[in-house]
Amino acid sequence: MFYGLSTINYKHMIKVDEKGFYGKFGGAYIPEMLHPNVEELRENYESITTSQEFQDEFRGLLKDYVGRPTPLYFASRLSEKYGAKIYLKREDLCHTGAHKVNNTIGQIILAKKLGKKRIIAETGAGQHGVATATVCALMGMECTVYMGEIDIARQHPNVERMKILGATVVPATSGSKTLKDATNEAMRAWINNPVDTHYIIGSVVGPHPYPEMVARFQSVISEEIKWQLNEKEGRENPDIVIACVGGGSNAAGAFYHYYNTPEVRLVAAEAGGLGINSGKTAATTAKGTPGILHGSKTILMQTEDGQVVEPHSISAGLDYPGIGPVHAHLFDVGRGEFVAVEDKDAMAAGVELSKLEGIIPAIESAHALYALNMIEYSKDDVIVVNLSGRGDKDLETYIKWGKY
Amino acid sequence: MNRIHTLFNTKKERVLSIYFTAGFPELESTMEIMEAIQTGGADIIEIGVPYSDPVADGPTIQDSNMVALENGISLKKIFEQIKGFRAKIHIPVVMMGYLNPIMQYGMEAFCKKCKEVGVDGLILPDLPMQQFIDDYKELFEQYGLVNTFLISPQTSESRIREIDENTNGFIYMVSSHSITGAKDGISDEQIAYFERVKAMNLKNPRLIGFGISDAETFSKASDYSNGAIIGSAFIKTVKDSRNLSGDIHEYLAKVIDN
Ligand SMILES: Cc1ncc(COP(=O)(O)O)c(C=O)c1O
Repeated sequence: MFYGLSTINYKHMIKVDEKGFYGKFGGAYIPEMLHPNVEELRENYESITTSQEFQDEFRGLLKDYVGRPTPLYFASRLSEKYGAKIYLKREDLCHTGAHKVNNTIGQIILAKKLGKKRIIAETGAGQHGVATATVCALMGMECTVYMGEIDIARQHPNVERMKILGATVVPATSGSKTLKDATNEAMRAWINNPVDTHYIIGSVVGPHPYPEMVARFQSVISEEIKWQLNEKEGRENPDIVIACVGGGSNAAGAFYHYYNTPEVRLVAAEAGGLGINSGKTAATTAKGTPGILHGSKTILMQTEDGQVVEPHSISAGLDYPGIGPVHAHLFDVGRGEFVAVEDKDAMAAGVELSKLEGIIPAIESAHALYALNMIEYSKDDVIVVNLSGRGDKDLETYIKWGKY
Repeated sequence: MNRIHTLFNTKKERVLSIYFTAGFPELESTMEIMEAIQTGGADIIEIGVPYSDPVADGPTIQDSNMVALENGISLKKIFEQIKGFRAKIHIPVVMMGYLNPIMQYGMEAFCKKCKEVGVDGLILPDLPMQQFIDDYKELFEQYGLVNTFLISPQTSESRIREIDENTNGFIYMVSSHSITGAKDGISDEQIAYFERVKAMNLKNPRLIGFGISDAETFSKASDYSNGAIIGSAFIKTVKDSRNLSGDIHEYLAKVIDN
């Protein structure tokens, strides 16, 4: 089934404006107590991150520490099965097992240059928490990660990974005790520690400049796809790029250099959970409406009264009630094609990739793979699927699922 | 004249504003609490509009928000509950709430309803000043609602001036860099900040809030401002109360009486 707008109606440049808006979405809806922190970041991030010194350190660490460039792998057996030329962008091979580290490397260098001494972060599945704890260990910075009490219980290995790396994991016990509440706790902690602390947000969400800043750190993904595809296919532009969307950072990274290339179709796979009408879903564009969450105007799942609704997805990384404002904009103007992939289909796609290509994907990434069954394409199309992470962290879920 | 302006024209010291969460501890507590705040001798009532994700609030107010939502409160319901309150309540009433529930209600519909029932002002902590100026200032004025912005110890002098320029009720001075919640006492560092802002001679009156809980902190805050706002400590008072009016009167008497 297909949700959203199917034709590319390319009228709008996909670009953030100076107030942090992508079309109708974005901005910085934050309490005044956060204004100095966010303003400091807004005023400085662009000049710092575009400086030669920053770029040298960032690129150096991405290469030698993260292991970039990640391969663009032609998946021949998968291609044969689906009848298209399918490439996998192997973010699963990044150090720590997912694309999240591209962003944390960028932000930790930035935090250092801003003279910050402490790092705080939120995490859902624990992937961003681990990626943050990792770069804090690398830079010798104190690290506190907020994590919902419920997620702590269901993602135990990642909690221990963070602790081994030297981070303190603080349970978020408010609200629904999952990712959105961990994000609230991190914001509260930032209000309480405004001077020496930097908040490393894990996706393209939050107040301006976070969504654009995180997207730029992740944009290395599409930067590499371009030259890698050129090497392999003699063309920089695939016909389709597919990525999963929780908050949307791996998707923003994979789409970034194609935003304004209308001949490249951008497909965003959201978590359908048990079905978009089951009441247990994280399919934000299918079920959400415009509103404000975590400092930006975006599309989110909420009640008529404006209370945020708890999402559901089998993959903790997609279990978020909103999406980054850039994705709300891609949806709004019809630049992105949004599909909702149900739990069972994502699991099947994860098992399928394991058997066809010898790659066990993160369940988040499996959502992107299943989207191959939901969109139309022709035989000669070149499709890049962003394989955002590896399945090690999801072994328990695969085992419980059992159908392999 | 707006009741907030009238109040500050006549009372310049020890103004006490009480925040409570609508629909807490029981769904129908709202009116009883408002009346008791007035009869107990406070000067301003702040009606807290519950939200699922109150990022500027500490555990006490978070919990009261959750309970109120479980009780079935909504903005619509609040307006039903307080309809006609001006027959009994003559002190200024302010609505305090996060933007999202208000946006879903509709900003203009909300302002119109506030005016209709007799609300005097708004505190919307996650509405940034620039967005207010661009999108909502005229609307607030059209419906006679005064707006209040927050400042914190981190707010720069130039921004405080800008906020003063764009505020026409009172300025809400957050007492420390902190979320809401009662703490122990007031530190020298906080006093330095209170004095620094006092010396700026702003055009708006200033109320100090966050961490004000008892007679001592109320008096101390009042020494450096026009008064103070109590939230979390009040919520704790009503939380397990079996006699709302009685307990509120007792609490307020202790705070006000020095
Ligand atoms: C492997 C993987 N993919 C995707 C996501 C979702 O995040 P985003 O939508 O920001 O890429 C996560 C989040 O934890 C993840 O671990």
